Amino acid sequence: MSEPFTFSRQRFLAFMRKEMLEVWRDPSSIMIAVILPLVLVFLFGYGVSLDANTVQIGVSLEDTSPEARSLAYAFQKSKYFDTRIERTHQALEDDLVASKLRGVVIIPEDFTRKLQGGRQAEIMVIADGSETNTAAILQGYAEGTLATWIASRTAERTALPDELSPSGITPVVNVWFNPEMTTRYTLLPGSIAIIMSMIGTLLTALVVSREWERGTMEAMMATSLRIHEMLIAKITPYFLLGLGSMALCVGLSIFAFDVPFRGSLFVLLLSACVFLLCALGQGLLISTIARSQFVASQIALMTAFLPAFMLSGFLFEISSMPAPLRLLTYILPVRYFVAILQTSFIAGNVWPLFWQNLAAMLAIATALLTLTARRTAGRLD
Amino acid sequence: MNDDAAISIENVHKSFNKKEALKDITSCIKHGQITGLVGPDGAGKTTLIRLMAGLMVPDEGRIAVCGLDSVNDSARIHDIIGYMPQKFGLYEDLSVQENLELYASLKNLQGDEKDKAFERMLSFTALAPFKQRLAGNLSGGMKQKLGLACALLAHPKVLLLDEPSVGVDPISRRELWSMVSALVKDGIAVIWSTSYLDEAQRCDHVLLLNEGTLLFSGPPQELTGRVKGRSFYFPVAQAERRHALMDLLKLPSVIDATIQGKGVRVVLAKDADPQATGFALEPVAARFEDAYIDILGGGPGGESELAKHVGAIAPDNAATIEADSLTKQFAKFTAAHNISFSIKHGEIFGLLGPNGAGKSTTFKMLCGLLKPTQGRALVCGFDLKVSTSEARERIGYMAQKFSLYSDLSVRQNLDFFSGVYGLSGNTRRQKIEEMVNIFNLSSYMNSNAGTLPLGFKQRLALACATMHAPEVLFLDEPTSGVDPITRREFWLHINSLAQKGVTVMVTTHFMDEAEYCDRIALIYQSENIATGTPDELKEQAASQEQPAPTLEDAFIALVQSWDEKNNAQKKAA
Repeated sequence: MSEPFTFSRQRFLAFMRKEMLEVWRDPSSIMIAVILPLVLVFLFGYGVSLDANTVQIGVSLEDTSPEARSLAYAFQKSKYFDTRIERTHQALEDDLVASKLRGVVIIPEDFTRKLQGGRQAEIMVIADGSETNTAAILQGYAEGTLATWIASRTAERTALPDELSPSGITPVVNVWFNPEMTTRYTLLPGSIAIIMSMIGTLLTALVVSREWERGTMEAMMATSLRIHEMLIAKITPYFLLGLGSMALCVGLSIFAFDVPFRGSLFVLLLSACVFLLCALGQGLLISTIARSQFVASQIALMTAFLPAFMLSGFLFEISSMPAPLRLLTYILPVRYFVAILQTSFIAGNVWPLFWQNLAAMLAIATALLTLTARRTAGRLD
Repeated sequence: MNDDAAISIENVHKSFNKKEALKDITSCIKHGQITGLVGPDGAGKTTLIRLMAGLMVPDEGRIAVCGLDSVNDSARIHDIIGYMPQKFGLYEDLSVQENLELYASLKNLQGDEKDKAFERMLSFTALAPFKQRLAGNLSGGMKQKLGLACALLAHPKVLLLDEPSVGVDPISRRELWSMVSALVKDGIAVIWSTSYLDEAQRCDHVLLLNEGTLLFSGPPQELTGRVKGRSFYFPVAQAERRHALMDLLKLPSVIDATIQGKGVRVVLAKDADPQATGFALEPVAARFEDAYIDILGGGPGGESELAKHVGAIAPDNAATIEADSLTKQFAKFTAAHNISFSIKHGEIFGLLGPNGAGKSTTFKMLCGLLKPTQGRALVCGFDLKVSTSEARERIGYMAQKFSLYSDLSVRQNLDFFSGVYGLSGNTRRQKIEEMVNIFNLSSYMNSNAGTLPLGFKQRLALACATMHAPEVLFLDEPTSGVDPITRREFWLHINSLAQKGVTVMVTTHFMDEAEYCDRIALIYQSENIATGTPDELKEQAASQEQPAPTLEDAFIALVQSWDEKNNAQKKAA
């Protein structure tokens, strides 16, 4: 274009004021910026817990030695289990079939004999497979309880030979940071990334496509408002709104859900800003393709919400994904944001990790915003 | 290049997806004039306006606005034009004042200048009392005025208005016209695209587009002059009008015939002898519309194929549709209040009224889509509250908005609706084939309904509504947005069906179409303020200043006198 570059503060401020008034008056923006974070935080805080709380199990204590009773007691005092102890496993198995119990732990009568004979002692864990998630958790906790018990035994009498530790017990590395293994601690910081993706991408995609739908975009293009003025005026309010939601989420996580925060607030703010630029850029890019709110929301859900949910590493380990998906995660800014968030909350300041992830996000943000600025022409055709 | 031209257009071409939207357009638009941009739906009017506004780039040729090139200088063009797109370009969540402020800032107005512009616009549009109201809560007419005010704030040299009067009631339409006429005196060039031919007739200059080609450019009188001496009037008794119309349309020498007032208006082909028609035709002055239909190749003639396939329905003395003090209450808002009328067998009955007056509510209660809060709606003797399904079998309904499945093909839509109406086997196949032939749908059979041109969408909708040969036909704004030629085709079908004894209830905002109705109910502020034949309504509205009002005049007069009466009552109370 031969047009010299001009930037009018008056036009920019007027358009931004309009945008803010719309946010304030349009219930859907407030919904996305305030209600959605609240719902998600409470959902992840209370509802979607991958912890098994008070799973009903039965312990069949068929060996009466103090060793065996001590193990049964370990199950009983665990806060994850609601334990009923019986002498035989018959009644317990019936209750398992009737879904009154989620699992049964059998301590066989030869338990102590084998333990003392230096052989591999076995206990049997039967889990209700109809609820796969609970079953897996039950198995994990049963192993955990067993491991804790063995550890305490070992501490008591150091004489216990090494080979006594039953096989299949895997030491949990994270225990040091998250001794209770509360998934809330990793879920809540991760959900912040989802919320920010939604606000950044969905909200901008929606508000721009709404302008197309209502014909106001066409009217704006025919005024003296320049495209770059419009883009910056559109981004600014949602940038601020996103930071507000971020503060809300972080505050709730720390104060309402007691999630520890061990990192630096400065890094948190910096990474939120860079991530928001990525999300806003993505939203604006969507709006250059989609000119109806319906299509825009679909694309935003597909390209922002789902990847944030499934591929960011907050719910599923990236390292355990198939190779193509793992490669895909490298172009998702949310992956880097989740890494920073989880580290900041749970681990503390790991500077090399911060810088690497920040740099990756910055690169993506630059690419997205450049692409958007190129694609957004001041014309209809 | 012509220097005093506001806009000069030279050999402009524009295509979308290989389809030519504009072909070799050359024209010149002057300052101090209203230039009308007319033509059927899809003629390229909006594309031309967008090209002039610098919002699109022509494939070939060039456009200059006040000497500025529309491609290279588009930003400077935006500084000097006022543009009102079809949806008015208003922010619905912003108040009137806030919308004006936004546009003022975007038009680089500041301080004193801005305040003055506000004053001027608010008094000009009479919107001052509504400054704090959200634009979304304004009526159609008020939105239109606000849109105009926003476009006019910064004294533009060129004002581009894209179909400013669509969906706006006649009163607001007139107000807008007089507002714009006042501007022209200051030397502004106004481009006004419209599908209303009475508006086109009043323009200083007209550009007539059809399928992307410029058919005519000049004063409307010049085009009207082309059909001079070919317009006639055939006065006939009210009851015979429709019959006479059908007979006239069958004549090959008749290019166009419409019902108007107490007779039929006829346009004959060039060099046709009025004596040879066998009707006592009286010569009348030609209108722009006559010339418009002529240049576009004439209206549909002959007989309605649709009606041919419908068996005559035996007359019945009882009323086919009866509205008995219908009232509909939505929360605290009364959308329809105590509305009563009855419609005879074979009658075409029109519901008229401004937007939001309660037309659609009344309409929906009568075809069983809304339950009245009070009162009864009877169709063919069935109470719609009790026996909905019996009544529905006899009803054909065409909704205001395109209500077919956009993602199904034309064939699939026809299949679906024939199934819904219980047609099967041979009857079904035969009926679908009939509809395809009648409405000329064969070339679109495999296209998705959503992609059809508007006229064909409406045809398909009418086909789906009439496939089961209903006794009663409900048509909600069937011709909204459709060009005059297709509108005539629709009315040919509707008239012929009525001749066969089908009872038709129709809503419309085209006053000339209301002339086709046997009787009209005027709905205003949720009440039925007048019922009668078009002539009766005109007589009610006749005054000393207006001894022979048109139906539009009558509409406006009746609404205004109702308002006066209401205000007087309020004061008395």
